[in-house]
Amino acid sequence: MHVTNTSAVVLQQVTKRFQNVTAVDAIDLDIRDGEFFSMLGPSGCGKTTTLRMIAGFEFPSSGVISLGGAHVEKVPAHLRNVNTVFQSYALFPHMTVAENIAFGLEMKNVPRADIKPRVDAALAMVQLGNYGARRPKQLSGGQQQRVALARALVNRPKVLLLDEPLGALDLKLRKEMQIELKRLQQEVGITFIYVTHDQEEALTMSDRIAVMNQGKLLQVGSPTEIYERPSSRFVADFIGEANFIDGVVTDIGTPYCTVRASNGLELKGMLQGTSSVGAAVTIAIRPEKLRLTVQAPENVSTLAAKVEQVVYIGSDTRLTVRLSDTITLDVWEQNIRSTLDRDAYWQRGEQGFVTWNPDNALILTA
Amino acid sequence: MTVVAPDETPLAHQRQQRRRLWLLLAPGGLWLLFFFVLPLLIVMLYSFATPGPTGDVIWQFNFDSYITLMGKDLYFNAYYRSLWVGLQTTVICLLVGYPLALYMTLAAPKQRNLLLFLVLIPFWTNFLVRTYAWMIILSNNGLINELLQMLGFAKQLLYPSTGAVLVGLIYGSLPFMVLPLYASLARFDFTLMEASADLGAGRWRSFWRIMFPLTVPGVVAGSVLVFIPTVGQFVVSDLLGGSKVDLLGNLLQRLFTRSNPPNWPLGSALALVFMFVLTLIVIIYFRTTTEEDR
Repeated sequence: MHVTNTSAVVLQQVTKRFQNVTAVDAIDLDIRDGEFFSMLGPSGCGKTTTLRMIAGFEFPSSGVISLGGAHVEKVPAHLRNVNTVFQSYALFPHMTVAENIAFGLEMKNVPRADIKPRVDAALAMVQLGNYGARRPKQLSGGQQQRVALARALVNRPKVLLLDEPLGALDLKLRKEMQIELKRLQQEVGITFIYVTHDQEEALTMSDRIAVMNQGKLLQVGSPTEIYERPSSRFVADFIGEANFIDGVVTDIGTPYCTVRASNGLELKGMLQGTSSVGAAVTIAIRPEKLRLTVQAPENVSTLAAKVEQVVYIGSDTRLTVRLSDTITLDVWEQNIRSTLDRDAYWQRGEQGFVTWNPDNALILTA
Repeated sequence: MTVVAPDETPLAHQRQQRRRLWLLLAPGGLWLLFFFVLPLLIVMLYSFATPGPTGDVIWQFNFDSYITLMGKDLYFNAYYRSLWVGLQTTVICLLVGYPLALYMTLAAPKQRNLLLFLVLIPFWTNFLVRTYAWMIILSNNGLINELLQMLGFAKQLLYPSTGAVLVGLIYGSLPFMVLPLYASLARFDFTLMEASADLGAGRWRSFWRIMFPLTVPGVVAGSVLVFIPTVGQFVVSDLLGGSKVDLLGNLLQRLFTRSNPPNWPLGSALALVFMFVLTLIVIIYFRTTTEEDR
């Protein structure tokens, strides 16, 4: 991995307002050199606006943006050493593939003799060696995507910005390109800033992920941190699936705290952040972290539950169990038992016991 | 993929399709035949006839009219002046129209419709009336001269003059330039300008390398729509030029109606030669501006 401790891009208190809408609200980010960094969030969360400010297409209303240590927040796009892969690819339709790729080098007055070998190398890098003479229109979506990548990377930018670049591709091609992108990024060692609303894509490719919502930065961390230790209910909900139980803190302990749910159940979990006795909180548990057993296990806190719904999806069985009048939980069981054992599968209406490791029950204050 | 009915051979199917095509083309074709091709042939016939002493036509065929045409500076000058005025009008319309069309494209949708409406509004008034309005605006006691006087400048002779003719022509043709340009620009993907900037091109270079080449179809359409009618104009030059600016149209009008006696064969020859020259110009223009692979 090429990640070092120097910063490629730093955002300090960056805010962008359009008329009276605040698209990006006082964001701080420190993106490291050589990192695959994703910005994840629902549409309208401000991730694309943030990317556009780094590219220079928008200027922040306030705040500081540095690229490689130099302040650039007022520098226009054509003078910044970053390149963008657009969601629509934005290939120049009146130029050939090779002319498209050469365009950036021409604009930087690279000597003519150097342009051709660099264009050829860029085409080879994205496995389009023989396509230089074609027009963008004559290529498939996936090929156009590769040309857009080559056109950006041929300039050897410090940072490559990608705005939902796989959004227009079908699922199979997306998966292929995800791997391809990750390979390219490791090969060239350039910092990638990747904007997506697809959580799976972000988890698969990123070294670190920033989760945004309504213009605010909610959490920055590795895919594991974001998934296993979400700092807020929004993050837990947006990335993967989670059960949420509202309650009030009744005991602050180490390592576990106790929360009383609305119906009086006492649940243990790990407190994320700080809280105090009596505060309203939410417990979040991923469905795959729950176990449903026929007999109550010993020495662990467990809750009686009734199976309400069984959905068999091959690798997993997805169960919905009811704990009380107001609380149901989703439980995902991997189908690891013998397929001949008829009793291995839960049936609707059966009684069981739900158990979890309190390490995996997160007490969220936001 | 073509689906062929089982009881139908591909050949019969093809024949049927061709028949349908002819049927669809018939109304337009007949119109062109009766109101364009036949009149043109009649004009051609006249151009080879001999002018009679009282303005009538004697049906003796020769090349006399064409020979007269080649021999006189008067006609050459009219061609030259018409083309020159047409070129100036076209270039100025393009220089004024492109930024205007661009501004319209970039405006918010509500404003855009209003601007489009404003561009079209002049068409609601008769062209002749609008040309008279220019006469009044440019006249000795008109709006511009009054303003000049108020600001302490001397009055200028603005009308009649070649400049006034040009102003009138540009004013009349501008919508024909703006609308095709607007159509071209509305289809232009402005993300391409961001991509261009992203790759290091400043605004001016992005314009010439990306936006302009991709809107050339609009430029070509607008230029032809302005140039062709302008070179044939005779009303504007007559009114705003005070009968002193002789464009080809004025010459033609005189030959057919006013000269003593009228000379239809010569007028026909003049018109045909000009048509030929114009067609040649337009073909060359299309060839040089349109990409071979489009």
